[in-house]
Amino acid sequence: MFSDPDLLKFVFGRLTLEAIPYHEPILVATFIAVVIGGIGLLGLITYYRFWGTLWRDWLTSVDHKKIGIMYVILALVMLLRGFADAIMMRLQQAMAFGGSEGYLPPHHYDQIFTAHGVIMIFFMAMPFVTGLMNFVVPLQIGARDVSFPFLNNFSFWMTTAGAIIIMLSLFVGEFARTGWLAYPPLSGADYSPGVGVDYYIWGLQVAGIGTTLSGINLIATIVKMRAPGMTMMKMPVFTWTSLCTNVLIVATFPVLTATLALLTLDRYVGTNFFTNDLGGDPMMYVNLIWIWGHPEVYILVLPAFGIFSEVVATFCGKRLFGYASMVYATVVITILSYIVWLHHFFTMGSGASVNAFFGITTMIISIPTGAKMFNWLFTMYRGRIRYEVPMLWTVGFMVTFVIGGMTGVLLAVPPADFVLHNSLFLIAHFHNVIIGGVVFGLMAGVVYWFPKASGFRLDPFWGKMSFWFWLTGFYFAFMPLYVLGLMGVTRRVSQFEDPSLQIWFLIAAFGAFLIALGILSMLVQLVVSFIRREELRDTTGDPWDARTLEWSTSSPPPDYNFAFTPVVHDQDSWWDMKKRGASRPLSGFKPIHMPRNTGTGVILGAISVAFAFGMIWYMWWLAGLSFLAMVAIAIGHTFNYDRDFYIPADVVTETEGKRTELLASEV
Amino acid sequence: MSTHAPSHEDAFEAHHGHSHGHEAGHGTFKSYVTGFVLSVILTAIPFWLVMADVLESPVLTAVIIMALGAIQIVVHMIFFLHMNTRSEGGWTMMALIFTIVLVAIALSGSLWVMHHLDENMMPMSPEMMKNMP
Repeated sequence: MFSDPDLLKFVFGRLTLEAIPYHEPILVATFIAVVIGGIGLLGLITYYRFWGTLWRDWLTSVDHKKIGIMYVILALVMLLRGFADAIMMRLQQAMAFGGSEGYLPPHHYDQIFTAHGVIMIFFMAMPFVTGLMNFVVPLQIGARDVSFPFLNNFSFWMTTAGAIIIMLSLFVGEFARTGWLAYPPLSGADYSPGVGVDYYIWGLQVAGIGTTLSGINLIATIVKMRAPGMTMMKMPVFTWTSLCTNVLIVATFPVLTATLALLTLDRYVGTNFFTNDLGGDPMMYVNLIWIWGHPEVYILVLPAFGIFSEVVATFCGKRLFGYASMVYATVVITILSYIVWLHHFFTMGSGASVNAFFGITTMIISIPTGAKMFNWLFTMYRGRIRYEVPMLWTVGFMVTFVIGGMTGVLLAVPPADFVLHNSLFLIAHFHNVIIGGVVFGLMAGVVYWFPKASGFRLDPFWGKMSFWFWLTGFYFAFMPLYVLGLMGVTRRVSQFEDPSLQIWFLIAAFGAFLIALGILSMLVQLVVSFIRREELRDTTGDPWDARTLEWSTSSPPPDYNFAFTPVVHDQDSWWDMKKRGASRPLSGFKPIHMPRNTGTGVILGAISVAFAFGMIWYMWWLAGLSFLAMVAIAIGHTFNYDRDFYIPADVVTETEGKRTELLASEV
Repeated sequence: MSTHAPSHEDAFEAHHGHSHGHEAGHGTFKSYVTGFVLSVILTAIPFWLVMADVLESPVLTAVIIMALGAIQIVVHMIFFLHMNTRSEGGWTMMALIFTIVLVAIALSGSLWVMHHLDENMMPMSPEMMKNMP
């Protein structure tokens, strides 16, 4: 039956054997490594009889803490993938001089830089940020879970499904060669007829559903579920920045969805929104995507600012300096982030008046950010600073981010931008703020909240190794790019003529190697800490002598987070309780109403991968069937009435009693 | 929801928020009728303007229709969606204002940017170039 070409085409769409890249040695080697690693992982899970636990307690879990941890694991896995892309690019650029073509052919190199950008933003930074918000926010506001626990699980699986779709492109077909924002006309059907851009579109659309829904969920949680007494101006700063970030997510991700939907129509049904002819306007795509794209960078960096605020206050043993100004700065950044988008395309040709407006708004947005920087500095001033690992990341951030911010203001000057647009100076700038701001913040957050999630602290020696490798590696990797950018070297180039540039690329490659050591140290840190977990055990629930509510419960927190909803009287509520000598309630526990786990999220996520795969490869039967299945399962889930249960009062009493004993044994 | 639920509020119950803390009104018969009548009037006027060819200028007609449409949105929001400054402690109103501000920024900004782009970048004849300001 496989001799019939029509049937083959119906079943497999445009998927043929040629789509499997078995002729590319790099990909074959990667594939073999993935298979071996995968078999090893599955083997370990089977050996330790972990399958049941994995399904019952993790994959189907609606507990915000577990979902948060799974988000962070997803982010770390994707960090490794994105960083592998980065180091391949650095090697290629260090090698490809004076007639040498390096080891990556241009079509492969183009896929790599696109994948690097897409993965690092959408599947590393976004899940990382969402994961930390998911884990921390309900604990910080004294809630038992998020507002919509099932939706949370579903959001996670949609994000993961998007990541899986992107990862599939590595071994089945190809990825986009368009750059991370897939500007048309290059990303249109005429210039990118292959499946690469379709992988990009469907990966982002599926993950975008998850991101938007988790944004709605967290807004509802923060607005409706704060502990009694916690007014808006008593919320921890991380909760504030999370609220603003999620408002940004809910307000901007629909723009991305709509823009990509228009591009999809251009590619699939031949409309002309962004084509060169028939009235299409590719510049409109650039305009629309940056209306989403600029708020997106604040979506990433605001939670990082929140983390630094918590860390600084905790490790300086002082109340955060200028809490109100911190909140106002955050809100002002939220609003201002919507009126700066044109600075990404000053060179498009809108003229002096438009460019001047957006140049000025861009410079204005650095003011609230600068105010935050002074708040952190003044918090440290005359504080008792403990240079634990999270604090190191924070200080590293303060220095690095200020440099990145200043080069950003340089780029905001339109005439300067005409020289620097699309140059490596720009690349250096945004890595300077994203690594120096977002990544350092996330690392600080992981080290800071790890004991809360796992019950033991991370090993400080390997944490410091990781920090110092990352910090020095960052400067080695990106300072040369500033120099190259000023000399006029543009981004996304795989081979160079001028041999005098090579030394800078060699330095940058050395920097990437140092960052690799930093990532490796982080992995070693995880393993070492797990082995030494008994020594590093946190029995108090408050290992850092911290200030906010998440530290008032045990580490790791019980399923229900708080046996009684705490009552808040002050801004740093846990610090306030400690000062007043408030004692834990020891009796009178009531049954606790909890949501029940459900597998619907995993199943819907898996089917959306199948749907996307069908759409990408034109297997219309697969896309149609999976879409119907998704609708049917979603409707079916609404008839699931078995969605809650009670933790009996004696179980709560027993759990809390154990904690009382543990706390007593400490003193 | 089971009947033996303890009375205190917890995470999961907020998920079924209809039992408590639901401040948004559901409207009265009178308010629905008011909204309906206003909507009918606001819909009838544009039809009349176009079908009876009342105004000379089609541009003016279009502007008036757009304005009436905008008013109708407000009518729907107040009478059918029960938008007011009190429900949910003002959060609904705040979300609405925020949305309007953002939509206004995105739309007017895009129009402004694309208009200037069109003025500056569309191909010109040499004569047009000469007469550039």
